[in-house]
Amino acid sequence: MRAKLLAMMTCSAITIAVAAQAETLTIATVNNGDMIRMQKLAGAFTEKHPDIELEWVTLEENVLRQRVTTDIATKGGQYDIMTIGTYEVPIWAAQKWLVPLDFGPEYDVDDLLPAIRAGLSMDGTLYAAPFYGESSFVMYRKDLFEEAGLEMPEAPSWDFIGEAARKITDKDNEVYGICLRGKAGWGENMAFLTAMANSFGARWFDMEWKPQFDQPEWKEALQFYIDLMNDAGPPGASSNGFNENLALFQTGKCGMWIDATVAASFVSNPDESQVADKVGFALAPDKGLGKRGNWLWAWSLAVPAGSQKTDAAKTFIAWATSKEYSELVAEKEGWANVPPGTRTSLYENPAYQEAAPFADLTIKSIQAADPTSPTVEEVPYVGVQFVAIPEFQGIGTAVGQQFSAALAGQSSVDQALSNAQALTQREMQKAGYPK
Amino acid sequence: MARAVSTRTRLTFTVIGWLVGFVIFFPILWTVLTSFKSEGAAIATPPQFLFFEWTAENYVEVNSRSDYLKHFMNSVVISLGSTLLGLLIAIPAAWAMAFAPTKRTKDVLLWMLSTKMLPAVGVLVPIYLLFRDAGLLDTRIGLVLVLTMANLPIIVWMLYTYFREIPGDILEAARMDGASLAKEIIYVLTPMAVPGIASTLLLNIILAWNEAFWTLNLTAAKAAPLTAFIASYSSPEGLFWAKLSAASTLAIAPILIMGWFSQRQLVRGLTFGAVK
Repeated sequence: MRAKLLAMMTCSAITIAVAAQAETLTIATVNNGDMIRMQKLAGAFTEKHPDIELEWVTLEENVLRQRVTTDIATKGGQYDIMTIGTYEVPIWAAQKWLVPLDFGPEYDVDDLLPAIRAGLSMDGTLYAAPFYGESSFVMYRKDLFEEAGLEMPEAPSWDFIGEAARKITDKDNEVYGICLRGKAGWGENMAFLTAMANSFGARWFDMEWKPQFDQPEWKEALQFYIDLMNDAGPPGASSNGFNENLALFQTGKCGMWIDATVAASFVSNPDESQVADKVGFALAPDKGLGKRGNWLWAWSLAVPAGSQKTDAAKTFIAWATSKEYSELVAEKEGWANVPPGTRTSLYENPAYQEAAPFADLTIKSIQAADPTSPTVEEVPYVGVQFVAIPEFQGIGTAVGQQFSAALAGQSSVDQALSNAQALTQREMQKAGYPK
Repeated sequence: MARAVSTRTRLTFTVIGWLVGFVIFFPILWTVLTSFKSEGAAIATPPQFLFFEWTAENYVEVNSRSDYLKHFMNSVVISLGSTLLGLLIAIPAAWAMAFAPTKRTKDVLLWMLSTKMLPAVGVLVPIYLLFRDAGLLDTRIGLVLVLTMANLPIIVWMLYTYFREIPGDILEAARMDGASLAKEIIYVLTPMAVPGIASTLLLNIILAWNEAFWTLNLTAAKAAPLTAFIASYSSPEGLFWAKLSAASTLAIAPILIMGWFSQRQLVRGLTFGAVK
């Protein structure tokens, strides 16, 4: 009897020990639609890997960035997987804060879109796996264009965009030709303006890391933007970011909107958008200089060097960014909801092409952006709509405030540019560039 | 002698009072209303005030996505814990300053307040490193400690002002009757200062409940209180106002109800000693 009891106790102790051995991964992520969907579908992963449990920390983008930066810089080890963007990856990889990712052959790393893969690698090694990628393009109202007798080419020029925007503007009826970002911030107006300036032949720094805001290309780009917004933009544009413009476009107040490709699924969703059946898409405009004004971004999953559960974390990342996951989403929620912009195979899939009418232009936009050669002239930095150096967040936001003030009419274009030049020069000198 | 107030003046002041009250309360009302709208209706221009299609879908979504109860319990433990611990330290401290002041008491009080002048983010990295080494990251006890420290100056200051209103002679009488120091504080001072202590307690629970810097930066999955719950519903890409409003309404409801029931106590404590 006693022996039996002892055996039973041993058995239950072993069971408890096995259960306790299950590793818990803490995953920090942003509150974007695709990420929330991943949380809902993660049951399929834990079913296959009963030894791994998942805990989610969802935060707003800016809070998340501050939170994970503190943790990774101090090796706090609070997270096993972090959601980070193409801006952080090259900087953090250079600091050796991230664990290099190597997956088996079934992962098919060559299937990742080359532009995205390049943005997430250092010296050929992948440091973060793309969960979804995006570029920017033009969304426009087909009905307004038709009324005005205009036809949107697939690859418009800035001159055409300017002309069309002014023509379809009808301020009395609250229809504005174009809605663009104006809210100050390195990830807000500067994302748009830096990408736009690239197509005008401008760049942030020359090869000696000297700021270039005193050059005519910047002046031309900024003047064009401000004139266009004054003539054909909505009132109060200097406080508009992605969500504000989304709301304006969805309620029929914008003729055109140049922003993230991910917006395509929002504006063409009849549950949310009043203009869902009237939206057309085109590539971001150019100036005939060989670069288009579109950006490149990928929300990606990475393992911080402080994590104690590297293997389990890599297993999860391999699952969440795999073809298998895309198929799971397609099966449960339809092809239109599969995370876009990461794998070539998705864009070759006829089922996806049919479900997402903007697929073709999205892939073309992503392919048109090259983070390692973003500008007309040569630059010493990586990044299309940002400069991948730690100082950029501060500088980018300060310059963004100058440009936002110019848009609000508080300063002139020349004044804004000379302030931007002075402050960038000061900060770069302080940071010790050229390095 | 009370001044005669005409009905008209009284009516005017009542109307103005209600108007001011409504303006102050309006953002909360708007949050609650928005939480019952669809995402599309939440951003509609012109804004819809009452005549929209009421829906509870945001509450359903919020509850299916996050564990409200877990965040709620964390908030309760952290705000109550930090306030009680703070009172335990602050009551003797305020006693000393009010009834046994020295030449430097005023300076000490000012110095304590000056610790609130440094923006919290300035000490984020040192605190983070200390917490990491002590294993306090993402624990309730860690947050109780840091919020106690953050709110201690306010607790001491509030109690100090209340205690000063209490005549020192009463305490002296107790002492002459042979009461020890502990007995003097527990049986004589504390009962007389109950309104003051109660309002300090309530105000600090509210402060700790709403604290959104340390609670966001020192937690991850386990100890995150309701502030983190709210922060998870703001989104840079996509519409989120209705869901964010639902999360905010759920987060402020408990403290609002608590404030409602204890408002008499709160007001009495805050105006304690104002009329002399």
